[in-house]
Amino acid sequence: MNRNKILYSGAIILAVTLIAALLVALVLYSIGASPLATYKTILTGPLSDLFGVTEVLVRSVPLMLVALGIAISFRSGILNIGAEGQIQMGVIASTAMALAMPHAPKAILLPATMMAGALAGALWGGIAGWLKAKLQVNEILSTVMLNYIAAQVYTFMLRGPMLDPNELETGSGTPQSMRLPEMAFLDTLVPGTRIHMGLILALVAALLVWMLLWKTTLGYRMRTAGAGAKAARYAGIPVERYLIVAMLMAGGFAGLAGAVEVSGVHHRAIEGISSGYGFAGIVVALFGALHPGGIVPSAVFFGILLIGADMTQRSASVPANMVLVLQGVIILSIVSAQSFLRNPYAQERFFRWFGRFSSSARKAGKGAQS
Amino acid sequence: MSAGLMIYNVLCLAVPFSVALLLAALGENFNQRAGVFNLGCDGIMCMGAFLGFMVPFSLKATPWAAYGNLLGIGAALAVGAAMGVVFALVTVTFRASQGIAGIGLQMLGWGLAGTLFRHFVGGVTGVEGMAAIAIPGLSKVPFLGGVLFNHNALTYTALLLVPACWFLLYKTPWGLKVRAVGTHPRAADTMGIHVDLIRYQALMLGGAMAGLAGAYLSLCQAKMFSDDLVAGRGFIAVALVYFGRWSPLGILGGALLFSIAQSFQLSMQVWGIKFPYEFAVMLPYVLVIVVLALARKARQLGPTDLGKPYNREMRF
Repeated sequence: MNRNKILYSGAIILAVTLIAALLVALVLYSIGASPLATYKTILTGPLSDLFGVTEVLVRSVPLMLVALGIAISFRSGILNIGAEGQIQMGVIASTAMALAMPHAPKAILLPATMMAGALAGALWGGIAGWLKAKLQVNEILSTVMLNYIAAQVYTFMLRGPMLDPNELETGSGTPQSMRLPEMAFLDTLVPGTRIHMGLILALVAALLVWMLLWKTTLGYRMRTAGAGAKAARYAGIPVERYLIVAMLMAGGFAGLAGAVEVSGVHHRAIEGISSGYGFAGIVVALFGALHPGGIVPSAVFFGILLIGADMTQRSASVPANMVLVLQGVIILSIVSAQSFLRNPYAQERFFRWFGRFSSSARKAGKGAQS
Repeated sequence: MSAGLMIYNVLCLAVPFSVALLLAALGENFNQRAGVFNLGCDGIMCMGAFLGFMVPFSLKATPWAAYGNLLGIGAALAVGAAMGVVFALVTVTFRASQGIAGIGLQMLGWGLAGTLFRHFVGGVTGVEGMAAIAIPGLSKVPFLGGVLFNHNALTYTALLLVPACWFLLYKTPWGLKVRAVGTHPRAADTMGIHVDLIRYQALMLGGAMAGLAGAYLSLCQAKMFSDDLVAGRGFIAVALVYFGRWSPLGILGGALLFSIAQSFQLSMQVWGIKFPYEFAVMLPYVLVIVVLALARKARQLGPTDLGKPYNREMRF
């Protein structure tokens, strides 16, 4: 039985991957790019030198953090689509915190910056959690709306209160904040590259999330609430409270990702800083099976995809929006594959079909022998 | 400026604003009545907007130019229906989680429209779009004439679709089947209604209407296309279905309320009342959340099996 199950899962995953790759290839072909060459550039281009590898890791840090938060929320039965806005809120808060204390020592300033980002993200996510728990507002709609609201708040802050005074003096008017004090920077891990301490932070976070979800009562309750709200309520678990907690955590991780981006990579709040990490994080979380052990490699894989897609934009003139197509196709394939994997009837049917196929193949083989 | 003239100006702007929301939400209503929660509406609108723009744009200098708009609308309807089928395949046949699948479809539509636009067009280019047709006689009626009877053909179509959708949903056998399938699929199945087929049909119709809504945005409202043209209107449309309590008339009310708020905000800027532009833009999104919070009691009026995949083989 177990062997059958593995065979079945393998067949489904292979089939779905092939279909998804074919669909994307069709789109690539229609815009005049060679699908095979594009795939090759995307998958191997970023890994061709050390700098490429570190850039992949730089991209994977925010993806990892965001996906960890999303995994917590999805496991708890609340679909957080609002990471994009939570990241931006985290960026605003952490930048403001770092700029507010330019002379503080690193031991205080850096943690304070990170905490501010996480807190702002948590509050932004918590709004959706509270709305869901208390007023039964659909969390997908509310988080999507909060994304649009956050985007406007973000541009308002960058163009108004947080605009770098230098931009006004020189008159270039690029909407960006002042540069952070150096004491708020995350240290670089490899000199000459952009890879920073955030990677260690994200890996530790992955371990902590695993411990939280599978080794603590809180995590058990949250997963129970997500797996079956009715049953959880009968068991005395206040489901609504854990919805809020889950959204606070999910938002916190997204906000932390924003803070890490500011203090690890850009060193100031700039426009487009979240660059779709919020949406890509959903795909990373699903691709990593909503488990920290899967999310870490899946974040690296999507780091490759993001860098690779940038490279194809330059070399093969495939527009960067292609990443969204890829993500959309991957999401649709994953949810389709999941329902096949979970469906015992489909598995039964598969083996009935497979059995007929293999027995007829055996008959054919015998026929050839005699 | 007199108060009457101000109201007149706001309303004249509000009616065209409401059309895209109205079309998409009327379509989404069929999806949800059949029990499928289609969050991909926004992505379908993106593709509809792109094709609605692309077809007349590429036919500009050909003998077909006169039919460009019509063909564009046709293409938008077709791509909407096709994406509806894709969504049906994933959520009805494969019974995948509808919320996540919807986000996937949204990303796909959004990304595909942007990719194709960048490749085939590139920069900002306008199309002639559809001209307003003043209805003879009626457009001369003071006040109402300007508000209701001086728009393009799609606006009239959208307004006429409100009673049409009501009729389809409540007065035809197909409408009864749609509502049955969304409320109690097992009972409907027992009565010989093909649940999956009805859901496919509802998703195709809803998708086509979302595509049309997108084409309206690019052909009539903006007369151009850009990545962020749709700007979450698909999600607002989904919220409007809740707000409108799953009835076409309620949806019309919701769409008008939204567009009045939006045109009021625009008019305030024209009148020179100062407040930050960004806050004006976020107003409709805040309104959606408020509306959803207020509409929570209405949930009991909605289709009871909304969001639940139906599996006739499943034993209880």
